[in-house]
Amino acid sequence: MSMLLVQALNGLQFGVLLFLVAAGLSLVFGVMDLINLAHGVQYMLGAYVAATLGVWTGSFWLGALLSLPVALLVGLALEWLVFRHLYRRDHLSQVLATFGVILTVEEATRALWGSAPQTVLEPSGLTGGPMGGVEIVAGLIYPTYRLVIIGVGIVVPLLLWFLVERTRAGMLVRAGATHPAMVSALGVDIRRLFTVVFAFGAMLAGFAGALASPIFPVAPGMGDTVLILCFVVIVIGGVGSIRGAFIAALLVGLLDSVGRAMLPDLLRLVLDPSSARQTGAALASMLVYIVMAAILFFRPAGLFPGGRSA
Amino acid sequence: MNRRSFLTTTAATATLAATGGFAFAPSIARAQSQAVKVAFVGTLSGPGAALGTHLRDGWLAGVKRLDNQLGGRAVETLVIDDELKPDVAVSKVRAALERDKVDFVVGVVFSNMLQAIVRPVTESNTFLITANAGPSTLAGKGCSPFLFSSAYQNDQPHATMGQAAQDLGYKRVFILVPNYQAGKDAVAGFRSRYKGEVVDEIYVPLSQLDFSTEVTKIAAAKPDAIFTFMPGALGVNLVRQYRQAGLANIPFLSTFTVDESTLPAQGEAALDFYTAATWAPNFDNPQSRRFVQEFEAAYGYVPSNFAAHAYDAAHMLDAAIRRTKGDVADKAALRTALEVGDFPSVRGALRLGPNHFPIQDFWLCKVAKRADGKFQTETVRKVLTADADSYAASCKMG
Repeated sequence: MSMLLVQALNGLQFGVLLFLVAAGLSLVFGVMDLINLAHGVQYMLGAYVAATLGVWTGSFWLGALLSLPVALLVGLALEWLVFRHLYRRDHLSQVLATFGVILTVEEATRALWGSAPQTVLEPSGLTGGPMGGVEIVAGLIYPTYRLVIIGVGIVVPLLLWFLVERTRAGMLVRAGATHPAMVSALGVDIRRLFTVVFAFGAMLAGFAGALASPIFPVAPGMGDTVLILCFVVIVIGGVGSIRGAFIAALLVGLLDSVGRAMLPDLLRLVLDPSSARQTGAALASMLVYIVMAAILFFRPAGLFPGGRSA
Repeated sequence: MNRRSFLTTTAATATLAATGGFAFAPSIARAQSQAVKVAFVGTLSGPGAALGTHLRDGWLAGVKRLDNQLGGRAVETLVIDDELKPDVAVSKVRAALERDKVDFVVGVVFSNMLQAIVRPVTESNTFLITANAGPSTLAGKGCSPFLFSSAYQNDQPHATMGQAAQDLGYKRVFILVPNYQAGKDAVAGFRSRYKGEVVDEIYVPLSQLDFSTEVTKIAAAKPDAIFTFMPGALGVNLVRQYRQAGLANIPFLSTFTVDESTLPAQGEAALDFYTAATWAPNFDNPQSRRFVQEFEAAYGYVPSNFAAHAYDAAHMLDAAIRRTKGDVADKAALRTALEVGDFPSVRGALRLGPNHFPIQDFWLCKVAKRADGKFQTETVRKVLTADADSYAASCKMG
């Protein structure tokens, strides 16, 4: 039974990481009605910059901290170069253009850093070793860093909620999402507002990348796998809803971890061991998508429809 | 389509550099009359690119060591990126055969790429030297007089690890592999020589990001050792997580999981983890020492098995062409010369079996930190001596 608890903890931590990536995407998607496939490469850049600066400065934490302004600047530059011209276009153009950004940034990353996975410093004093973790079950150390991620994953959504729901800037963002023409008529520079929202989303993606860098491999293409799951999270949670994204991310994380842990064993009750293993593995990797399909069937707008009313 | 393939006119590089010019086309035209043309095929973009880079650099280091000559004739390498797409590989290789009239095709990281190009190449009576991929079909029934390997048959490293687990007396082993053909082959290879109990076999999707679930299961099963095959970024992730979870006291037996292509990212986390190989950078023979030294000076990283096998491929061709006195047109003579297989290898002495795959020793290696702070694999002990793959018997060559 304690193993199931550990698996739930694993799922929680994975879900929280997914939320951090998905939050920025959901914000941009919900507020600006912009499908940004390049969100994944912004996440990747955050991880690469954090890894490199971490090695340079000799501290993972310093590297992660310094990667935030870099991610923000990259977000601003991308917005100015590409995304600004896409707000009024239809979704297909956005998908095409942002896919182009993916290819460009991926190749640029490869040219700059090479194709091999990057060296990432261990977050000092936190990971591994007898001092850096909690022994939850005999023989298994749960690294403190992963507990820290869970903590961050609870604080960030609260901050986001406060920012969007309780501040003047948040009010403008919400108003800009539903009635851009009216907000503009009231004398608010909607363009600048969008730029700020986009850059903030990019920074969130970079932050998630930096945070994930000691856990996930920092290698070309690392953004793609996460991006797909993020879209699942957003679709389940309801487009543009931070609360929905949070709950959906936890759901996806838990489903994925617990499914992988339990399904092969459950199937063994009805199948012979070797086919149970392989069917179980295949089924576990599909589980998230099956659940997404089911949720969309009953609630086509997701669990917490929010954002744009039109 | 030609966007990524570019000419490395090794023969002309020196002159080009000296004149500072970029007179590309004329120098190729001039070289065409005398240079031996080799198409190097490898995966140089996408997630598998790190291995392709090792393979390519190994080949180029070999050619450079031989003064840009093979058997006394100038050599020109055409580097082709197969992009890990069979159709792309075939069309680029066809172009190299028909338009560029290459004399040899070398390289190939992934087995499915080799399987895609093997017929177009061998059916045009061109020699194909695989410096890594060695699928069972091509070592057995599908063997060809025009196909040679400077590496191994795919099953051999996994079987080596199975034998090592057996020798080390591990009674209960936990297996963890990706859910695709190569993963299943790894399990079969390991089990062909390991006779103990397999506590559990877990198959994970290739797109797996996090191994917490599996690491937890391993901790619960408390095996004597684990066996895993997690190439590339998957392996980086698993190794770090395994270490962080405090499981490193359970021996980590692996194939293609901790090697010089992933060690820079794994670092300390991979220390003392095991792998099976034909060669390691600490091999103590003159050919190997010189290879490691020159390779590191030129490319700035520690060479892997991939690089070593490609380096050997250059020497394999060099020895054969020397034997035919520079004649690459007489295919029968060239085949006989290649079959002699008496080239200086970084692995010491080896010979070729009837299916043109090497008969060689396999080693248990483990990750060590060098005095200069870099990580490399080092030999622990020899596991298999003069091992021939099990498919050679079903190879009937004309």
